Amino acid sequence: MTAYPTSPQFRENARAALADGQLQKALGNVRTNFIAKRAAVADRLPEFEALRDQARDLRDHVLAHLDVYLEAYERKVIESGGHVHWARTAEEASRIIVDLAKSRGARSVAKGKSMVSEEIGLNAALERAGIKAVETDLGEYIIQLRGEAPSHIIAPAVHLNQEDVEAEFRRVHTWLPKDRDLSEPESLLAEARAELRAKFLAADIGVTGANFLVAETGTSIIVTNEGNGDLSQILPRVHVVVASIEKIVPTLEDAAGLLRVLARSATGQEMSVYTTLSTGPRRADDLDGPQEYHVVLVDNGRSNMLGSEFEEMLRCIRCGACMNHCPVYHAVGGHAYGWVYPGPMGAVLTPSLIGVDKAGHLPNASTFCGRCESVCPVRIPLPKLMRHWREREFERHLSPAVSRAGLGLWAFFARRPALYRFVTGLTIRALAWAARGKGRFKSLPLASGWTAQRDLPAPQGQTFQAQWKAQQAKQRKRS
Amino acid sequence: MSDQNKAGTEVRVGLLVTCLVDLFRPGIGFAAVKLLEDAGCVVSVPSQTCCGQPAFNSGDRANARAIALQVMDAFANVDYVVAPSGSCGGMLARHYPELFEDDPALSARSRAFAAKTHELVSFLVDVLGVQSVQAAFPHAVAYHDSCSGLRELNVRDQPRTLLASVAGLQLREMKDSDVCCGFGGAFAVKYSDISGAIVSSKTACVEASGAHTLLAGDLGCLMNMAGKLARDGSKIEVRHVAEVLAGMTDAPPIAAAAPEKA
Repeated sequence: MTAYPTSPQFRENARAALADGQLQKALGNVRTNFIAKRAAVADRLPEFEALRDQARDLRDHVLAHLDVYLEAYERKVIESGGHVHWARTAEEASRIIVDLAKSRGARSVAKGKSMVSEEIGLNAALERAGIKAVETDLGEYIIQLRGEAPSHIIAPAVHLNQEDVEAEFRRVHTWLPKDRDLSEPESLLAEARAELRAKFLAADIGVTGANFLVAETGTSIIVTNEGNGDLSQILPRVHVVVASIEKIVPTLEDAAGLLRVLARSATGQEMSVYTTLSTGPRRADDLDGPQEYHVVLVDNGRSNMLGSEFEEMLRCIRCGACMNHCPVYHAVGGHAYGWVYPGPMGAVLTPSLIGVDKAGHLPNASTFCGRCESVCPVRIPLPKLMRHWREREFERHLSPAVSRAGLGLWAFFARRPALYRFVTGLTIRALAWAARGKGRFKSLPLASGWTAQRDLPAPQGQTFQAQWKAQQAKQRKRS
Repeated sequence: MSDQNKAGTEVRVGLLVTCLVDLFRPGIGFAAVKLLEDAGCVVSVPSQTCCGQPAFNSGDRANARAIALQVMDAFANVDYVVAPSGSCGGMLARHYPELFEDDPALSARSRAFAAKTHELVSFLVDVLGVQSVQAAFPHAVAYHDSCSGLRELNVRDQPRTLLASVAGLQLREMKDSDVCCGFGGAFAVKYSDISGAIVSSKTACVEASGAHTLLAGDLGCLMNMAGKLARDGSKIEVRHVAEVLAGMTDAPPIAAAAPEKA
């Protein structure tokens, strides 16, 4: 796997992504499928906008009382026979899980899809301890074979085309007959399932993430479309839930409300195929389930966001709608962002978690088109939060010296209207003269950033303010 | 033409011409003046530079606030502030209050100022009740919904309403008309190649629409799209929607050469 983070090389990553024909082909599917499906399912539900308001308010309520709900949740987990572990950092979280696995003599871990496990670098930590982590989500399984990180928070292999996946399966699943058809998603899934079934049964520990943690019952909830999460948590002897602290909701009913906006926003489904609730280990009269149930609650920088201008980011329920609707994500894909969380939510969250000095490109690489905010199920003002990162950068003098100098010079004139009119009047006339008859510049000194991609339309002539002033003077003379 | 004058009251509009229109395409400013005057407004042009958005979006709040104060002072004595741009209009109407939310006196003032600020075409339709214009443009046009106007100020139907009244004009809705063109202010220069990829998708939609002319309500987006179309040798003409609504389409389109003099 690529060493994280590569966010400081966002520009280079983006350039490579733009030149990658296979990636560009795969991104075409994001541009069309996700958007159309979400729009259709949202249109069918008259109360969808009201549900978004409720989801926002509920998440705000939880964040305002996070300590209370976390403690209530912990009590309920313990009451139901489970264990709760608190992890301040990514390293602590990984260590807790690795220690658990080692002390149980585990040799392999079956994993449901979990972004927070990516965040804490769990697979690498397990491997260092000699324990095999097996990803059981189809997309995760594919990218694990390829040694890649997820490029999308709900569709980790969205950067790949069917033929890329087929080629990967034929490379690794060497026992496959050449005439075996792998041209459909279903046939790929069947092939992965056949291979994974044995791994589920062999796994000593199942690790899943959580979409929600329910305080009133101590329940963790995951949604999947493949059912792999169920097997990951039911078959092995030990089930470990790893989740970040803001995943809490007060009640099951609250979780149900959020589920109504989650799948609609994410995949355009009314509900995901599987919604799996788990509360504690197997009870005496249960037919199946793990003997041990552990929850690892990960902070890793989130409590610092509470009470800051970035608190609203913690409302996020990880649907991926923001990246599905983002023109920048559409252009470069998820890997270019260089860390776990791509797209607009990543552009706000990543600087919070790894530092704006490393992730500064992310909140800058946005046109502020606002489409992410317009589809966010919990109405996170993503452009505003990205702007707040730009403010932090500006205050800490982290933005590039050239752009700071340019901005400073521009602001100097913009704050002096008379001087501004004089200087711009001269400049514009000179530019108009230089472009006379042509209407545009193919290149221009100091404008190469613009003209690298497109012509620069030339000014018409004198400024509006100069012409207006002359016109008003003429009218006054006449009257 | 407007209902406002029936009451005999004078509607005083201050035109925020926007820095790009001021410098690059003053014709849009004069088209805005004509549309506003035709609707019965008395138009003034207070001394101005820029709305402060470049500073605001670069994280420079101090300069953004200073420029915002300058704008609020300059336009203190008009009933409405109107801009031929959803982006600059959005800056005044949505973001000035954000800039001053920690200052009780200026917060109230900026909110009152925001409330009297409008984007040009939505002002004509929503505030003045204009439903039609006297103009002719015998061409098929595509209309691009610029992001800030669309998502910050709900400008979507108003330009289409007025364009429907232009004699000879045929609106060809293009695919993804509400998707960003990749301009994004400094983004277009700072992340030039990503911006280039986004505008390529946009101009592909414009070409596929079969339109003769591409219209939009923001000069930044228009310069980006016109610059890309020109670079690719496209025949599609590009204009600000106000030019067509005002019937002021004698000047060459954006990025186009002046016609050869006979």
